[in-house]
Amino acid sequence: MPMKLQLKIWRQKNSDDLGKFNTYELKDLNPAMSFLEMLDTLNLQLIKNKEEPVEFDHDCREGICGQCGVMINGIAHGKPKNITTCQLHLREFKDGDTIVIEPFRAKAFPVLKDLKVDRSAFDTLIASGGYIGVETGQAPEANTTPIPQEIAEQAFDAAACIGCGACVATCKNESAALFVGAKISHLAALPQGKAEREKRVLNMVNRMDELKFGHCTNTGACQVECPQDISVLHIAKLNYEYLRAKLKK
Amino acid sequence: MAKFIAAKIPEGPLEKKWQNYKDQAKLVSPNNRKKLEVIVIGTGLSGASAAASLAEMGYQVKSFCFQDSPRRAHSVAAQGGVNAMKNYKNDGDSVQRMFFDTLKGGDFRAREANTYRLAQCSAALIDQAVAQGVPFAREYSGYLSNRSFGGVQVSRTFYARGQTGQQLLLGAYQALLRQQAKGKVKIFNRHEMLELVCENNTAKGIITRNLVSGKIERQAAHAVVIASGGFGKIYYLSTLAMGCNASAIWRAHKKGALMANPSWTQFHPTSLPQSGSYQSKLTLMSESLRNDGRIWVPKNKKDARNPNEIPESDRDYYLERKYPSYGNLAPRDIASRAAKEQIDNGFGVGELKNAVYLDFAKAIKDLGKTTIQKRYGNLFDMYEKITGINAFKEPMKISPSAHFSMGGLWVDYDLQTSIAGLFAIGEANFSDHGANRLGANSLLQACVDGYYILPYTLQNYLATQIDKPKPAAHNQAFVDAEERVKKQLQTYLNTNGTKTPDEYHKELGKLLYDYCGLSRSRKGLTYVIKEIQKLREEFKTNLLVLGDTYQINSELEKAGRVADYFELAELMCLDALNREESCGAHFREEYQSDEGEAVRNDDDYAYTAAWEWTGNPSQPELHKEKLVFKNVSLSTRSYK
Repeated sequence: MPMKLQLKIWRQKNSDDLGKFNTYELKDLNPAMSFLEMLDTLNLQLIKNKEEPVEFDHDCREGICGQCGVMINGIAHGKPKNITTCQLHLREFKDGDTIVIEPFRAKAFPVLKDLKVDRSAFDTLIASGGYIGVETGQAPEANTTPIPQEIAEQAFDAAACIGCGACVATCKNESAALFVGAKISHLAALPQGKAEREKRVLNMVNRMDELKFGHCTNTGACQVECPQDISVLHIAKLNYEYLRAKLKK
Repeated sequence: MAKFIAAKIPEGPLEKKWQNYKDQAKLVSPNNRKKLEVIVIGTGLSGASAAASLAEMGYQVKSFCFQDSPRRAHSVAAQGGVNAMKNYKNDGDSVQRMFFDTLKGGDFRAREANTYRLAQCSAALIDQAVAQGVPFAREYSGYLSNRSFGGVQVSRTFYARGQTGQQLLLGAYQALLRQQAKGKVKIFNRHEMLELVCENNTAKGIITRNLVSGKIERQAAHAVVIASGGFGKIYYLSTLAMGCNASAIWRAHKKGALMANPSWTQFHPTSLPQSGSYQSKLTLMSESLRNDGRIWVPKNKKDARNPNEIPESDRDYYLERKYPSYGNLAPRDIASRAAKEQIDNGFGVGELKNAVYLDFAKAIKDLGKTTIQKRYGNLFDMYEKITGINAFKEPMKISPSAHFSMGGLWVDYDLQTSIAGLFAIGEANFSDHGANRLGANSLLQACVDGYYILPYTLQNYLATQIDKPKPAAHNQAFVDAEERVKKQLQTYLNTNGTKTPDEYHKELGKLLYDYCGLSRSRKGLTYVIKEIQKLREEFKTNLLVLGDTYQINSELEKAGRVADYFELAELMCLDALNREESCGAHFREEYQSDEGEAVRNDDDYAYTAAWEWTGNPSQPELHKEKLVFKNVSLSTRSYK
């Protein structure tokens, strides 16, 4: 059954522009279509009418690169749990629905144009300590240090973060605690990550404050909207690691 | 008469060549390294690993990517795994065997020395990744786990759930950002390379566009490394990310770098079928699913029953029937072509009759739902998110889709292109996979090129550059290149026609898929070359791009990429037409056995076709690199 949708989309020329909502109508949409393909369809229609298309970030369109992400009716990546915007399909909406589409909003993620935001603050956070300092050629034989399956799995659960920023956009404080917590938890769980354990957590937490991310007040909203269902327990782990490092110091 | 080119393969027996090379390669002393600058284009596994490794050595690196962060590069999407010769399973694996599997998988159209080196360097990669914190799958004992993959009879594939590419990339990305924090790497995200700058046929830098401000920038360096990935997106519908493109390699090609075997594209057998004309991409489902899933179509073309209601006697498990020893694990080219054959003959399933079934009912019955859930849980979830169908209850529907470019920039043993100082690594080069890449060898090649090969071979080149004048962005070559880029961008905006870049891309992709895809014929290729030329001319006069160059403008970005695709598409067809044999992914309908299998012609075509740009996209010049096989006997590839 073809669908009709009304879209209220945030249009903003550049980071200095104030921005506003524009309303568009689309007809004859296939419910099997993805949300981003709907935006493609809208853009084609706009261009044919000599109107500038809506800019949005996207790349892999299979939920793993983390480049897409918008607020859909006020919810990061839309209503279904644990998906990215590119994995959302029109079958989740009803014929005749109005959909409000906005960029991820946070002081640390300035809007560049329309729905595109600058998330390079996440890169800055990783650069401040989100790594194991091994250089090419230094590694010992991989099976020298067995890692219990349970630990490897725990590390993976945290490492699965795709860096999309939905957690920050969702948090009322614009906190990056889930993003940082996931990286701290991933690397602290593994024997290879132990050497830099204290330095890592102190540096990353300090940097998080400098980059205008807010503080975590444990509402848990971030996990609800996380495409990878990264657990808020990693934030608890972050707090533990931070306290431990401080006390050791 | 084609000219012959040589790959500069080191002397000595196969197993000693790489060591001999390293023993004799020139070095640069640590205090000189900081004076030498290197540009790396692309931040996927090859680009990020190369940039990080070079920076660790002490070189100054500038790293470019068009995405908003280096972590988005499309290596992130590789699911299944990475091959490495560790022989942890004690099942008879060895460097020799891995080398042979890769060479045979590539239908004996790869360089022996490169393929051997790939196998030799594979083990160290697992060590490196584990040290970086990559959470590979492990046994209860805590030791690393393996699985087997298509085209191979041992278990040498390491994996991190269905997200191996993501985890390996994060390792390389983190290493890269660590060097950024140390000031050894400067990262230019949201930047696209639009021109290679050469002086005296030597690469000296690039021209880029800042995709946010629109600013055109000149970047000079002592060497340029292209790590921009593959160009399967030329088919429009593919498993690649939307932004994947050929522009970096194509613009290098137009400056004199030879393009090798451009028509060799791997079609992945297990992606999801197209569901409508609006579709933008085809999602890949990991090949690992073929370990437990059985592929079939109904025996009766008109069978409209629900798949679960079709009894065993009415099903054709065609891979198991045709290839009893490998069955559902036949290599990708064979599995894809077999699926296409079923679909073309009217046995396809699904609404558009464009898919085959991948069925887990037997595996669930034999091994239990829990085991299957554990092995493929995230893939089943992904399938349900996209299709709304639960694969525990109903077979998946899959179809082949453009996936990997075995072709790419021609490189010698040093991974240097035919332009001095220009190197190509990872999927952007052509080197290791021959006419068909084995599953889980692409992550491997990207990493091995970036971590273990380029740091030696690039240094061997940089050692010759210490006493040369420093490349300068104010030189005339840079000024001219910048002007050309600006003019070209303005042309796209001024055309003011009626069709968007995507509309052209879709038309071009369809033409290529139909005539230069899973199977090719002289008649079809001759026809499609004319069609491509016509469409390319129309594109020049009827393109529609709005806005200007001084802001974010995705349509403008696409216009440049599609313009390059139009020229590359013709070269792919010419390459496919030139090769009068079937090998690997290149299946020429004229050259097949009575049973429909590929027939190679080793006497006339045991060479790499490397094409030179002449200024006219319809008349490239062919160069040949003879493939010499001293360590294997060329056999007919059989997986029966």
